[in-house]
Amino acid sequence: MISIKILKNVFLVFLLSFVLSACATQTKKVDSQIQGDVYTGTDTVEYLASGVPDRVFFATNESVLTTASRDTLRKQAAWLRKNSDITIVLEGHADERGTREYNLALGERRANAAKDYLMTYGISSDRISVISYGKERPVDSGSNPLAWSKNRRSVSVKAN
Amino acid sequence: MRKILLFILFFLFNVSKAYSLIEVDITRGNLNPLPIAVSPLFSDSDTKQELDNETNIIKLGEKISEVVENNLRRTGLFNPLEKNAFLQNPDVAHLKPRFEDWKLIKAQALITGQVKFVDEKLRVEFRLWDVLAAKELMALAFTTVPENWRRVGHIISDKIYERLTGEKGYFDTRIIYVAEQGPKTKRIKKLAIMDQDSFNTKYLTLGNELVLTPRFNPTNQMVTYLSYFKNLPRVYLLDIETGIQEVVGDFPGMTFAPRFSPDGKKIIMSFAKDGNSDIYTMNLENRIVNRITNHPSIDTSPSYSPDGKFITFNSDRSGFQQIYVMKSDGTNVKRISFGKGLYGTPVWSPRGDLIAFTKLHKGKFYIGVMRTDGSGERLLTENYYQEAPSWSPNGRVLIFYRETKSNSEGKGFSAKLWSIDLTGYNERQVPTETDGSDPSWSSLLSN
Repeated sequence: MISIKILKNVFLVFLLSFVLSACATQTKKVDSQIQGDVYTGTDTVEYLASGVPDRVFFATNESVLTTASRDTLRKQAAWLRKNSDITIVLEGHADERGTREYNLALGERRANAAKDYLMTYGISSDRISVISYGKERPVDSGSNPLAWSKNRRSVSVKAN
Repeated sequence: MRKILLFILFFLFNVSKAYSLIEVDITRGNLNPLPIAVSPLFSDSDTKQELDNETNIIKLGEKISEVVENNLRRTGLFNPLEKNAFLQNPDVAHLKPRFEDWKLIKAQALITGQVKFVDEKLRVEFRLWDVLAAKELMALAFTTVPENWRRVGHIISDKIYERLTGEKGYFDTRIIYVAEQGPKTKRIKKLAIMDQDSFNTKYLTLGNELVLTPRFNPTNQMVTYLSYFKNLPRVYLLDIETGIQEVVGDFPGMTFAPRFSPDGKKIIMSFAKDGNSDIYTMNLENRIVNRITNHPSIDTSPSYSPDGKFITFNSDRSGFQQIYVMKSDGTNVKRISFGKGLYGTPVWSPRGDLIAFTKLHKGKFYIGVMRTDGSGERLLTENYYQEAPSWSPNGRVLIFYRETKSNSEGKGFSAKLWSIDLTGYNERQVPTETDGSDPSWSSLLSN
């Protein structure tokens, strides 16, 4: 009985990993700049200082920070610690494929996800303000998945 | 707007309440619109001369008739007949139509009328005739200042619509919306207001700051909207008669998604703080703020039921955007949308029985309606992108906006206003001077 169950689970895990890897290779083929719906390219990225990217990207309807996003935010935190007089505005954005009001809330949630992470790396909340633009200020005006992925973002902008 | 407008409304003759042959059913898509003859309102030669001299509006009677004719045509319920085919002159017809002549051109209803110029004022009278029953259905007269001639046309349209369908009209109304210009990445947005038939557009803001989601107070000429003035997104209140604006409440963060309560005394909106949006109300008389929802998810797009007892809103507390209904004190929260896809922008019908919404499913956007318990979902229109329905005051028509796809350079993008009947028929673009979005329909101005 137990062995059958184990066998079943092993089979399931095997099947799942097969499916996942198949998905991964497929998206890679479609576009190497998007991974799991999150933009990974550098097209629109600007730099707060050398090696300090200004923005992080999100999956559709998500505000979860990816590994790459956390890496970017740690760099921003280090830069902010070194330059203690600088304050920033986090601008949260959504893509155009959602209702306006929900997207305003979503942009705010995204910017706050970035803010929370900066705060855990020692940046005082006094130095960070947050604004959401919802879908009002896209960087890429295309109507395609790549453009949308670039627009789902939180951008750290020097405020002083 | 001008309040000089004075309507003296009286019955010229007894309005016959007897059974009439013409009935327009507006509960179904009307594939056989009622053939109606709109005979131009006539003026005698003295009046014509005076009108030309005093008002600079040539052929005023014809123009008022045109307003009526176009209103009726746009409902999809009426088919105004070609004027060239009319056999009887407007002045003679107004006194006593020769019904055989109108039957001959297949008219079932006939509108006649006269414009006079008395003491610097327009006196407009009109009659509605049932051609098949060969009798008068209604006769009314209005007096007003000449500048209001388009409104007279709208009020006549409302009276005719009401007499023939049994429901209030929606012609003497206005639409407030966001006028859009410029590239997608640097879009300039202004508040704009126009008559329901797209005439008399006025811009209420200059475009210096981003403005979104204007909504009418159902009881007066106030508007609430979101402005990014000084880069602080806040809900504002605007008096469109005086132009005076003020921030609503003193919130330490973004307020958005505003709407008035049905009595016009409260604003309900979202307040976003620390990544969480909840629903609040502010009483405009005593400025007391109440928190209505308290949940770590996004709660937004609130809209009251017409009796003020319930609120429908949008929340992603289930993990995805869905529509909920609660009591107006925030208790008894119930999810009502259970179909496939995401649901947003719920708006309670002024009739109380339906909630209109936007739905996203498999990359397509729909405008639809469901009953207030979520049953009977009906999708009215499918498109690449459309959202934000707003009800006509009689609850029979929805206005919303639609965006088109753009290529990677942003070419091909447009935002336009559209309307559709509750039946799913009679979908049409609502013309605007520039691109437009976020329309909101006013209540009837005269009543």
